[in-house]
Amino acid sequence: MDFIITLVNGLSMGGTYAMIALGYTMVYGIAKMLNFAHGDIIMIGGYAILVGLSVNPLLAVLFSMLFCMLLGVLIERVAYRPLRGSSPLAVLITAIGVSYLLQSIILAIPQFGADTHYVVIIKDLGSLQIGEVLIGYDTIITLAITIVVMVSLTLFIKFTKTGRAMIAVSEDRDAARLMGINVNFIITLTFAIGSVLAAVAGFCSLLDTPWLEPYYGSLPGIKAFAAAVIGGIGSIPGAMLGGILLGIVECLCNSVQEIAPYTIAIEFIILILILLVKPTGILGKKRREKV
Amino acid sequence: MALLEVKDLEVNYGLIKAIKGVSFDVNEGEIVALIGANGAGKTTIMHAINGIIPKFAGSVTLADKDITAIHAHKLLPLGMAQVPEGRRIFQELTVYENLQMGYYIGRDKAQFKARLEEMYSRFPILKERSSQIAGTLSGGEQQMLAMSRALMSGPKLLLLDEPSMGLSPLYVNTIFDMIKEVNKMGTTVLLVEQNAKKALSIANRAYVLEIGKIVKTGTGTELLADEDIRRAYLGG
Repeated sequence: MDFIITLVNGLSMGGTYAMIALGYTMVYGIAKMLNFAHGDIIMIGGYAILVGLSVNPLLAVLFSMLFCMLLGVLIERVAYRPLRGSSPLAVLITAIGVSYLLQSIILAIPQFGADTHYVVIIKDLGSLQIGEVLIGYDTIITLAITIVVMVSLTLFIKFTKTGRAMIAVSEDRDAARLMGINVNFIITLTFAIGSVLAAVAGFCSLLDTPWLEPYYGSLPGIKAFAAAVIGGIGSIPGAMLGGILLGIVECLCNSVQEIAPYTIAIEFIILILILLVKPTGILGKKRREKV
Repeated sequence: MALLEVKDLEVNYGLIKAIKGVSFDVNEGEIVALIGANGAGKTTIMHAINGIIPKFAGSVTLADKDITAIHAHKLLPLGMAQVPEGRRIFQELTVYENLQMGYYIGRDKAQFKARLEEMYSRFPILKERSSQIAGTLSGGEQQMLAMSRALMSGPKLLLLDEPSMGLSPLYVNTIFDMIKEVNKMGTTVLLVEQNAKKALSIANRAYVLEIGKIVKTGTGTELLADEDIRRAYLGG
């Protein structure tokens, strides 16, 4: 029974990682850059929820999604777009700079500062009992959200014109331009979607870990990045798979007392092992050139 | 009337002057070829016309509209489509989805269907493989797909960059037949080719490009008969 509970918890935690990993992978695939500020969007989303909670929990979450979306678009417009075409290293350093900037902004706001805030979005959530299995509603909510997000994102990419334009841009930006696709718009849209997903992941994460501080997004961000790499960065199903895999591994490790302290080390060892066997990640493809 | 007019075009790669003042025009209904050796600047001119690389100087007009500084993605709505060098089809999408991308700017479902059928009847192999991932097609099939994709938007002017590159002679003939046919049906064609003989045989007019400059111009038949051209490009 314990194993099932651990597995369900792992799936739910993995879902949160997957939603963050989707942001990394989509931005990498389409804008060809690593957005290391992505984890901090989660943190900002958390603070947006904190602010919104004074009104209403549901509005707080919606406000957080909207705020993060606008923030993601703004960051792309102001920090990354002027660097398009310059060296990847410059973009990477800028992304790290944006990450510190977001953390510092929170530190600089007197109401927030470096303090840890206890964020209760839904009071006394309780648990669902099925036979001997007891599963927290936070886990169930996260799982449900993850499924909805993944299904709708997959449908959007596969079956809408804009979704396919995103694949086209990720594959060949110039050829996409020749089709009349506005590449700047597609990149903006990618940042918007990725940031909304980060806000949603922030909400799920707060249900589980309600202690919000300015570095709240750093570790989930790095882990989700690892998840995206495990799955094959640039691949959307890969990010989902990598995230869920990482979540399950994490919960399994945490459930064994002797192994629990080494969970993070084990996760990154798995990353290294997978990259040794398959350098492009599980579902990552090596681009073939046909002449 | 000139549909496309390129005037004093200059393109630099850093300090290197790749295109040193090139002027040419393409009249409505014509097939115009731009021939030259490897590195003469043919593809650079194509990329400069469609705005993928910046122009240093000069101007480009399409149907009397100045398109010198226009964004690449706004050219298709103006009626200029391009088949890029190396075909550049979307390898991860299916054949059908590639053709759909070709109609990205369109909104009319009936028109899309009609054009799709037109492409399928022109190249039945594309219909057969419509749900196949485009990356699995052979080089020749990919070229057919790339041309069909460009024609999906119903362009007035079609830019073709090295359509024969890497193809077997059989496919080269198919592709050139299609270029003639497309032209007959009213699409103006600007063709960039290394295969000078083939290009000159279907072109109304042609320009010869050497290290970033136009050195000769004439009708296709004139240039085919020209001694210098024969020696330099047609193998004696």
